[in-house]
Amino acid sequence: MRESQPRHPLLPNLDESLVSRMLERVGAASVDELFSDIPDGVRLRRRLKLPEGASEYEVRRDLQERLGTNRTPPDTLCFLGGGVWPHYVPAAVEAITSRQEFYTAYTPYQAEVSQGMLQSLFEYQSLMCDLLGMEACNSSLYDWASAAGEAARMAARVTGRGRVLIAGNAGPHRLSVIRTYTEPMGLHLETLDFDRSSGTLDADDLRHKLSDDVACVYTENPNYFGVLEGGVAEIVDSVHAAGGLAVVGVDPISLSLVKAPGSYGADVVVGEGQPLGIAMNYGGPHLGIFAVKDIKLARSMPGRLIGITSTVSDPNRKAFAMVLQAREQHIRREAATSNVCTNQSLMALAAASYLALLGKDGFRKLGEAVISNSHYAAKRLARVRGVTSPHFKGAFFKEFVVSYKKAKADRVYRQLARKGVLAGYPLDRTFGLKAEAGLYCVTEVHNHRDVERLAGALEEVV
Amino acid sequence: MSIPSDSVVRARYRDPGSLVPDSLRRDSLDLPELSELQVLRHYNRLSQMNFSVELGMYPLGSCTMKYNPKVSEMIASSDRMKQAHPLQPAETVQGLLSVFHDLERYLSEVTGMHRFSLSTAAGAQGELAGVLMVRKYLREHGGEARDQILVPDSAHGTNPASAAMAGFKVVKVPSDASGLVRASAVKELCSEKTAGMMFTVPNTLGLFESEVAEVCDAVHQAGGLMYYDGANMNALLGRARPGDMGFDIVHLNLHKTFATPHGGGGPGAGPVGVTRKLAAYLPVPVISKGKGGYSLDYGLPHSIGPLKGFVGNSAVLLRAYIYIRLLGADGLADVSSLAVLAANYLWKSLDPDAFPASHGSELHRKHEAVVSVKSELPGAALTVAKGILDYGMHAPTVYFPLIVHEALMLEPTESEPLEMLDEYAAALNQIYREMKAGNLGEVPKNTSVTKVDEVKASHPLTLRVRW
Repeated sequence: MRESQPRHPLLPNLDESLVSRMLERVGAASVDELFSDIPDGVRLRRRLKLPEGASEYEVRRDLQERLGTNRTPPDTLCFLGGGVWPHYVPAAVEAITSRQEFYTAYTPYQAEVSQGMLQSLFEYQSLMCDLLGMEACNSSLYDWASAAGEAARMAARVTGRGRVLIAGNAGPHRLSVIRTYTEPMGLHLETLDFDRSSGTLDADDLRHKLSDDVACVYTENPNYFGVLEGGVAEIVDSVHAAGGLAVVGVDPISLSLVKAPGSYGADVVVGEGQPLGIAMNYGGPHLGIFAVKDIKLARSMPGRLIGITSTVSDPNRKAFAMVLQAREQHIRREAATSNVCTNQSLMALAAASYLALLGKDGFRKLGEAVISNSHYAAKRLARVRGVTSPHFKGAFFKEFVVSYKKAKADRVYRQLARKGVLAGYPLDRTFGLKAEAGLYCVTEVHNHRDVERLAGALEEVV
Repeated sequence: MSIPSDSVVRARYRDPGSLVPDSLRRDSLDLPELSELQVLRHYNRLSQMNFSVELGMYPLGSCTMKYNPKVSEMIASSDRMKQAHPLQPAETVQGLLSVFHDLERYLSEVTGMHRFSLSTAAGAQGELAGVLMVRKYLREHGGEARDQILVPDSAHGTNPASAAMAGFKVVKVPSDASGLVRASAVKELCSEKTAGMMFTVPNTLGLFESEVAEVCDAVHQAGGLMYYDGANMNALLGRARPGDMGFDIVHLNLHKTFATPHGGGGPGAGPVGVTRKLAAYLPVPVISKGKGGYSLDYGLPHSIGPLKGFVGNSAVLLRAYIYIRLLGADGLADVSSLAVLAANYLWKSLDPDAFPASHGSELHRKHEAVVSVKSELPGAALTVAKGILDYGMHAPTVYFPLIVHEALMLEPTESEPLEMLDEYAAALNQIYREMKAGNLGEVPKNTSVTKVDEVKASHPLTLRVRW
């Protein structure tokens, strides 16, 4: 301990007299004595080289200055997507997730004092099952990409097969993470071609590559290009005919207007819950969605599940608890379905309250605003000289690809940013497009004046 | 919530649903229709049925349920944080990247590591990153045949689970009678098959592993790498560093040691740090600083790859940075001193006949203390845990570590004022007396529901409501 002890708001027992009282009960002469079992050779004999402690005001001011240099909405326009999307977060969602009763709690190990979080997560699972058309949804994974990685692992486990086919028009960020997650299992990952004109998956290539050693096929709907996979039902059917699992990745906002994946036969749905009332937060925390159609697969799922039960004394008194825990690491250890422990519960709470606030009508209206705004923008950008918008002919939901006749995509993206417009994230080279192209995302937060500003800026840089 | 609707756009698209191909058009969607006030009442009521750090003492062992400073919430709610998109050009987000760069340096200093990747979303993901690095490093250095990871029997379940996910076989290292891992026991288990060892220091019994340096030597001599599980780092800030002990890889749980809120189960953040020789193996992205300023670097030559779609749990990282700034070098050292003092004080305030120490009763505890509940009856620890809920305080972790009979694992943290520690100990002692005398009755009684039937719930048909 230090010589002269100032008080610190985070350290209630710092006072010397309190320390003495505590040491007396412990039976130690000094605090240092409590650390005497740390051998000399590994003891740190100097101060940590860190800044001095600062007051709340100083820290706040410093961060206001530093974060103030970030260019973000509302004074910068953001048309970026790719798996994280600018949507409006309702004030009521923030009010709910800002309640300390939720956010300063932890995993609901003691069900009797955690009914609030348990019921909220149960409702999240139920709402997501309805939205996705699935039978069981876990209470969250880290994000879309890691959920996709877990899905591929689960498919390999339950089918005992070693090949994973991944749609070539799926997000490159997801593909890389699936690769990291599956590498130790020795799975063989192959990508599937897509049609260069429509942007949708090439069903012939899929049929060609499907065989009885395929554990799963991973497709996204809408795909990374924003294009809706009109033929997804046939894709799912052919996966099933080969005995594999159909894993579908979704943007849940699209399900306001688009069929639930369960209705066209998806076995596993993963996705990014961020647009459901969660801020973009420069990459996280977000919400990994993971749901299965066949209730039997629930026992093979990663992640926590909340179930409905009753109290011991009264079978009519409803209560909630964590269930099927024998799948999890704290019980099953090396034989667990996953190592996940801390998840994204608070984000699941946000998503559930978001869906409840919008309701059936609001959620449909949201989808309509998104799809009409994005189509309006795509058409408007088509009038900019030197660009093709949308690049792909397939129907799209909220994102679309714009290609440039002369300009380099990376340069367009950087120049737009300089003009206060974040847009046109360059398409990864691995897609093998002949044209230079970028991805654009338009949602309910944009209006026609924003689109005008985007078009004007694009005009100047292509 | 009402949805924005641009009149110019609306005039152009009268039937937006028709933009979806027929084959994909959704015909029904069941969501509740509620007013904003109804939704708020629902969740406000639920929140009142949830125990939290700001309601009372929450000494959940291994979870480090310390106070989460309000200023962190305030700063993290800035539009400059919330509305930053992970794919926006680095030059437009220099402020935040500079914070992350500083955070990486701070965490490196605290742990004695060379470099950190902040990208992993939770402790378990940090563990997975760690063992994947072990795997990749060994494969690139002729160690393909090394397929065993040593894990002490006192370890968290995430350790063996992470090792298994990375394709390793788990070899259990027994703790000795005093609850410690002996270097001799590790040596015996080491072979040409050894890839490494995952080691938690202090361990889950709250004891400092006094032979940690020798254990590291033994595994290194056998050709393996040492992984430090930083779940219990709250005990050691400014006192000892895993890098100095001989570890090659470290993960930290920012939601534990660095005071970011646990979110009712998450989010957390589990950055992973390494020594110089492993720096090129870190999960991407890492933060780099060059001529043009800070950037997200995906180009590490030997990286295991990314484990998360975008950057990391950035808003959690920001909060951890704020916490380090609020405390500073001396404040962080005080954190560990006071957390350790509190754990020992709470332990010594318990009736030793009722709650005997499971191991090494002569040793000082670090951040937490593990005791057994002395009873002929099975389920005594659970009864005590349910009993304490009636006092408006949270239970300790129960039945962990697995090597302790009827275990209670108490981690009060530095946040708890002395009088609360006294109250908590008095309550546990009282509950024990009543249990022993047979007049405790059914517990809990004062909670929003009485004891929950968790066995009945373990059926998949209970996983969702249908409306």
